[in-house]
Amino acid sequence: MTDPIEIHQYENGLVLVTQCMDWVESAAFSLLVPAGCSRDPRSQLGLANLTCEMAQRGCGARDSRQFVNDLENLGVDHNASVSLAHTSFGGAMPAECVEAALAIHADLVLRPHLPADQLEDARLSCIQELRALEDDLAQRAMHELRRQRYGDPWGRHSAGTLDAIQRAKLEDVAQFHAATYRPNGAIVSVAGKIDAARLRDTVGELFAAWSPAPVPEQTPSAGNGTCTHLPHDSNQTHITLGFPSVPYGHRDYYQARAAVGVLSDGMSSRLFTEVRERRGLCYAVYAVCHTLRDRGSVFCYAGTTTERAQETLDVIVHELRQLAQGIRADELQRLKARLKSALIMQQESSAARSGSIAADWYYLGRVQTLAEVGRIVDELSCESINGYLAAHPPGALTVVTLGQQPLELPR
Amino acid sequence: MKFRHACLENGLQIIAECNPAAYSAAIAFFVHTGARDETDALSGVSHFLEHMAFKGTAQRSADDVNRELDEMGAHANAFTSEEQTVYHVTVLPEYQHPALDLLSDIMRPALRPADFDTEKQVILEEIAKYEDQPPFGAHEKSMAFHFQDHPLSRSVLGTLASVSALSPDQMRGYFARRYVPNNMTLAATGHIDFEALVRQARTLCGNWHPRHVERQRPRAKAHQGFQVFPNDIATQQYVVQIANGPSAEDDGRFAARILSTTVGDDSGSRFFWKLIDSGRADCAVMYSYEYQGTGMYMSMLSGAPEETADNLQEILDTLRSVQRDGITPEELSQAQNKICSQVVLQSERPTNRLFAIGENWLQRRCYQSVRDLIECYRSVTCDHVNQVLAQFPLTECSTVAVGPLRELAMPN
Repeated sequence: MTDPIEIHQYENGLVLVTQCMDWVESAAFSLLVPAGCSRDPRSQLGLANLTCEMAQRGCGARDSRQFVNDLENLGVDHNASVSLAHTSFGGAMPAECVEAALAIHADLVLRPHLPADQLEDARLSCIQELRALEDDLAQRAMHELRRQRYGDPWGRHSAGTLDAIQRAKLEDVAQFHAATYRPNGAIVSVAGKIDAARLRDTVGELFAAWSPAPVPEQTPSAGNGTCTHLPHDSNQTHITLGFPSVPYGHRDYYQARAAVGVLSDGMSSRLFTEVRERRGLCYAVYAVCHTLRDRGSVFCYAGTTTERAQETLDVIVHELRQLAQGIRADELQRLKARLKSALIMQQESSAARSGSIAADWYYLGRVQTLAEVGRIVDELSCESINGYLAAHPPGALTVVTLGQQPLELPR
Repeated sequence: MKFRHACLENGLQIIAECNPAAYSAAIAFFVHTGARDETDALSGVSHFLEHMAFKGTAQRSADDVNRELDEMGAHANAFTSEEQTVYHVTVLPEYQHPALDLLSDIMRPALRPADFDTEKQVILEEIAKYEDQPPFGAHEKSMAFHFQDHPLSRSVLGTLASVSALSPDQMRGYFARRYVPNNMTLAATGHIDFEALVRQARTLCGNWHPRHVERQRPRAKAHQGFQVFPNDIATQQYVVQIANGPSAEDDGRFAARILSTTVGDDSGSRFFWKLIDSGRADCAVMYSYEYQGTGMYMSMLSGAPEETADNLQEILDTLRSVQRDGITPEELSQAQNKICSQVVLQSERPTNRLFAIGENWLQRRCYQSVRDLIECYRSVTCDHVNQVLAQFPLTECSTVAVGPLRELAMPN
């Protein structure tokens, strides 16, 4: 695996991370600005989302319609989203169009119109998103779990609250944009068939006029791990569980990730085998590592009909406790095969690499090559993983269920 | 990229698009069977059988199948649609041989009664899951309502009642009729050794017995029926509309995709500017789908119940305007740019190419390179779009609404 990765930090603080992949015909970029919903003022939850919506309604010489038409005529499969830490814009496209697509996005951060006559439409769009969430029961349960695990602001959902979105004014959007669409803390990543040196100059010119802004302090509160039931007259009960883990970048991260892999990666994993294959308790069951910069969690999910929900929770909790007893050599061998093939296949997609190198810079302050991750995977052993599990057994469970009846956490 | 084709004596088709520079190899069996080939008593059997293929064979237990796939680091899955059942794995090239060994073995599943009963529970959970989430069954209800007595009216998952009543013997009978080599295609893309693939397929699949198999391919009748299904779990209103479109055999399908992209893509389309950009709806999209013998445009609208009637009127007005005036040259060109870029981007992963060449072979027995496909979209003109509009009017669509509303006014 060869991955020539280059990193450049400009005077205004903006970081450019590139990976040249000359075997593909495409290029993909991610532009992460430090305007995540964790920056929403407490009384204005949803402001980052509304600002993201407004930022796309015209910039530079383009009105809202021209902005979309230009991107689509370039063949850019574009997207925008708000996470806890960032507002992200990105897209994949034919490689020769990437500079033009970046130029449009430079206008978006530097010269947005934030047009007053579009505020009501943008507000309604955000309200639509908030309403649609009400019907996504699995996500509602998972969101409540995150809120309880992480507290505020790291347990927030970007959609915010109806009341705050209805109250937001154009000045609020403009202020939020001015304060958080800043180069210090922003990342541009580009992967694909690119000329890295040329791109460094182009990005430098495009974003040269972007001025740094002060970074306000954040005072996060802690989560309160409890058991909560959200009553709902649904066919299925949605079960979510979370427990503390280490964040990405922690020296033990890959030990924790491997343990979760034994639990949930692949069709021979423990949860799939015990919950679905042996007992037929549900269609969907999984566990994932979730990371913030300073904290991590393992989150589990299963959706199952009311009368089988208690048994499903019992089996999952039993498997979590079993995990603390350690993993077997054959499980690790399969996990390594899966992780390594996923690493190699990541090279087939410029969009996957672009997202991955940007995330690395945010979490680690550096970028791991695929070869480096491959070596870490090689070095994983049952001893190292079981040592980690003995020191950090799954515990302090937070459980959120949504459905007809509450469940009992097995002792 | 090189296309290769072979056919075994028993009728098994083998196709591959070989790319020695690829990092992975993708292999699949495309079985030419799905919900449209079922009867009332067998509703859901194709999809249930897809699950059962992973539950073991004469040589392998279910645990063996799952364990071996993970040992290869394979990305494996399967899906069932109205007209195909597809089993696919993506592996590093050195696993081509064991991957085909396993995949061909599970095409002859044991169908053990104990596994059948356990897996039936998983399917019933899957049905419960889809009843609980958007669009709350609106897709199945609209297919059933639009296609009426046409085979495409059947639900892929089946119903709680039909799946509960299925027996292992019924599944065995269906399997014996449909999983015959002359009704299957082995497809591969990426870094593939084609000679080795054919050699191994001959050894592993050469003794499968062919049998006469057929599929009904009637044209569907268009209608403008309108039906509301109240659902108290949903808070939003979900509306699905279906109009007839070009079939898989019809060259008009390229113009139809350009048309649906212009009218209802999730970004930059007429629906987008009228309903999404303005914040009037959460979702308003239209896509074209082709099946053997018939095709359709399916539109999906979701949003607040109280705004649904107005939004439906807006959709009808938009469709009327397109039906009357067609699309503009600028819209044509934007849709072409967008689609062609998507085709190229998707083709970078062998897994995506696998689905494209497999479906093409199943539906039309022909191969299209990425370049051929792009040429087909680039050569569409506004006249072609107008011809397709004349033949398949977008305004002649059926409507199904699911959500809190008890009744909903039909647009004028």
